[in-house]
Amino acid sequence: MRVLRACHEMGIAAVVVYSDVDRASLHVRKADEAYPIGAAAARESYLNIPKILDVAKRSGADAIHPGYGFLSENAKFAQACADAGVKFIGPTAAAMEAMGSKTRARQAMEKAGVPFVPGTSRGVESFEEADQVAARIGYPVMLKAAAGGGGKGMRLVDSREQLRSFLDAARSEAERSFGDSEVYIEKAIVNPRHIEMQVLADEHGNTVYLGERECSLQRRHQKVMEEAPSPIVDADMRRRMGEVAVRVAQAAAYTNAGTVEFLVDEKKNFYFLEMNTRLQVEHPVTELITGLDLVHLQIRIAAGEKLPFTQKDVSIRGHAIECRIYAEDPDNNYFPSPGKITLLLAPSGPGIRRDSGMYEGWNVPIDYDPLLAKLIGYGSDREQAIARLTRALNEYFVGGIKTNISLFRRILRDADFRAAKLDTGFLDRMLKRPETSSVDSKEAEVAAIAAGMFAALGATSAASANAANSSATAIDAAASKWKEASRREALH
Amino acid sequence: MLYDVTIDGKNYRLDLNRADGRWSCRLDGRELAVDAVLARPDVLSLRIENLAYEIKLERVANDLHVWVGSTRFAAEVRDPRSLRGRARAGDDHGPRKIVAPMPGKVVRLVVREGDEVEAGTGVAVVEAMKMQNEIKSPKKGTVQKILVNEGATVNAGDVLAIVE
Repeated sequence: MRVLRACHEMGIAAVVVYSDVDRASLHVRKADEAYPIGAAAARESYLNIPKILDVAKRSGADAIHPGYGFLSENAKFAQACADAGVKFIGPTAAAMEAMGSKTRARQAMEKAGVPFVPGTSRGVESFEEADQVAARIGYPVMLKAAAGGGGKGMRLVDSREQLRSFLDAARSEAERSFGDSEVYIEKAIVNPRHIEMQVLADEHGNTVYLGERECSLQRRHQKVMEEAPSPIVDADMRRRMGEVAVRVAQAAAYTNAGTVEFLVDEKKNFYFLEMNTRLQVEHPVTELITGLDLVHLQIRIAAGEKLPFTQKDVSIRGHAIECRIYAEDPDNNYFPSPGKITLLLAPSGPGIRRDSGMYEGWNVPIDYDPLLAKLIGYGSDREQAIARLTRALNEYFVGGIKTNISLFRRILRDADFRAAKLDTGFLDRMLKRPETSSVDSKEAEVAAIAAGMFAALGATSAASANAANSSATAIDAAASKWKEASRREALH
Repeated sequence: MLYDVTIDGKNYRLDLNRADGRWSCRLDGRELAVDAVLARPDVLSLRIENLAYEIKLERVANDLHVWVGSTRFAAEVRDPRSLRGRARAGDDHGPRKIVAPMPGKVVRLVVREGDEVEAGTGVAVVEAMKMQNEIKSPKKGTVQKILVNEGATVNAGDVLAIVE
C-alpha cells in the first residue's frame, strides 16, 4: 500500500501481485492491475521469482518495488529482474550480495575499518565450531541467521547447555524463513540500544545519510516501536554515525535506500551490526522529521535521476514515534490473533500518520506476519509526539481480533520510556512488571448501562423482524450466527 | 425493560425504558439521567448525567464485550423473566485440556503420552504467521492423551493434548 500510494502520487500505474488468501487485501483493492500468483505459502507465491517476473512481462511493468519483506533483500531476485530487463527498485544484486549476507557484510566492513562486535564473520559449520567460538568470545552469545532479518533465526544463548538446541532451532528457523540455514555467532552486548542510520544513494555516486532511528523497543528481537531522532544522539554523534554509514554504503557501491544498523553500548560506543538493503518498515519516522518522501526518492533514483539535494540540505525537525500495530493478543503471551475485523475506528487529527492495510470486514490471514498498521505520531518535540500518539491510540479501536494497541498505551505512560531510558531489554523488563490496572467501579457501571442499552436498541430492530424474541435472545442469536460464519471461514 | 447485566462477574439489575424519545434508567434502584445514540452498528454514544462516553460492542463467537474508553468488560445481558439460566460451572479439577490459542500448524510435539509434565512444561510447538509458539502445560501431571499429529493444521480452541 505504501508503494502503491507513492506510485499514484507520481502518476504511475501500479501493478500488484497477490496470493490466494490475499485476494481481498487492500493492496489488490487499490491497484490498477492485480495478478494472482499462487497459493498462500510464500514459496508458492511471494517468494516465487519466475511467477513474479512473468507478471512483470505480461503487464509490461517498467520496474518492481519489492516492498519490505519476502524478496526485498534477495540478490537472486534483483539479478533476475536485471536479466529480464525490469528495473529493480533497490540496490544492485552485487551490493546486496555484499551486504545482504550478514557474514559477508562483516568481512567487507572489517576491511573498511568499521567498528563491529566480536564474533565470527562466517557461518559456523558445526556444533563443535560454535562451541569453540562461544568459549573464546564468552557467553552470552547471539546466534543469527546470515540471511536473516526481523528476528527470525535469532537466539540469545546464555550458557553452553543451551547452545546445541538453540543452534538447531536457529538453523531450522533460518532454513524455513530464508531458505538458507547459515548461522553465525556474535558476542551479545547486554541491553544495548539499537540505533540505525538511513542512507540514500543515487546511481551517480552521491550518498547521503538522513538521520538515525531509535529502534530499541523490541520483543523477541522484533521491533515494536521506533522513534526519530534518538533521544541520546546529539548532532556530533549523528554526524559520526552518519559518516560511518555512508562509508559502509560506498564500500559496497550501494544504491537506492538502505539502512545501516548499529548497536550502541552504555558509553555511546556504536558498533556496526548489519545493513538492511531495502526500505524499512519504520521509514515513516525518518520521513516525518526530514520532510522527505523516501519511496518517491527510491523511484526517482531507480529512474536514473540524481539526488535532488546534498548532505548539507538535510535537516531534522521535530520528533516522530511509530507503533507497529499487530494482530496479537497481549493477554495471551502475544500469540497471533487472526480473524475477521468486525469494527474499525481509526484515529486522525494533528500530527498523526496512519499507514494501514486493514479494513472493516477484512479477514486477517494466518499465513503472514501479523502487522496490521503503523501509527505514527509527530510533534515539535518528543513530549508532543507522545501526547499526540497517546491521544490517537485512545481513538483507535479494532474489534473482532486482538491487537497490541494496549501495549503502546502502557509503553507511552511508562516513566522510563518518558525519560527515554531505553535499551533492547526495556520491553521484557516492562512486561515482567505486573500491570497496574485501575478499573474503577464507575466504568463497570457505565459498561452495565451500555450493555443494557445495546440490548434495548437491538430489541427495537429485532422486534420488527421477529416480534416474539426477547432482546437477550436477539443478542445471543446474533452471536451464534457470527460464530457459524467464522467457523465456515476457518474451514476454507 | 428489565435486564440482569453481568459485567466482569458482577451483577447489576437495570431497568431501561423509553417514552417520547426520552430514556429513563434505574441501575440497582438508582435513578440516572441517560441518553444514547447508536452512532453506527456496535458504537454507542452514551450520556450519563452529562458525562459522555463512546462505547464499543465487540462480539466474537459467544462472547460479548463492552469497551468503555480503552477498558474492556465481559458482558452478559439476560432478561430475568426468561428461564434461561446461566450455563456451565468451571471445571478446575481433573483432566485439563491444552488447546491451541490460535489457528496454525503443529510443527513439533515435545512430549509423548504417559510423560510426566510440570506446570509450564512445553507440550507442543504451533507455528502461525511464521512465529513458532510453544504451548505449555497449565498444570503438573501426566500426559493422558495427545490428540494431534505433527504437521496437523489446527484451529483456535482445538484440543492438542490432555494432562491428567
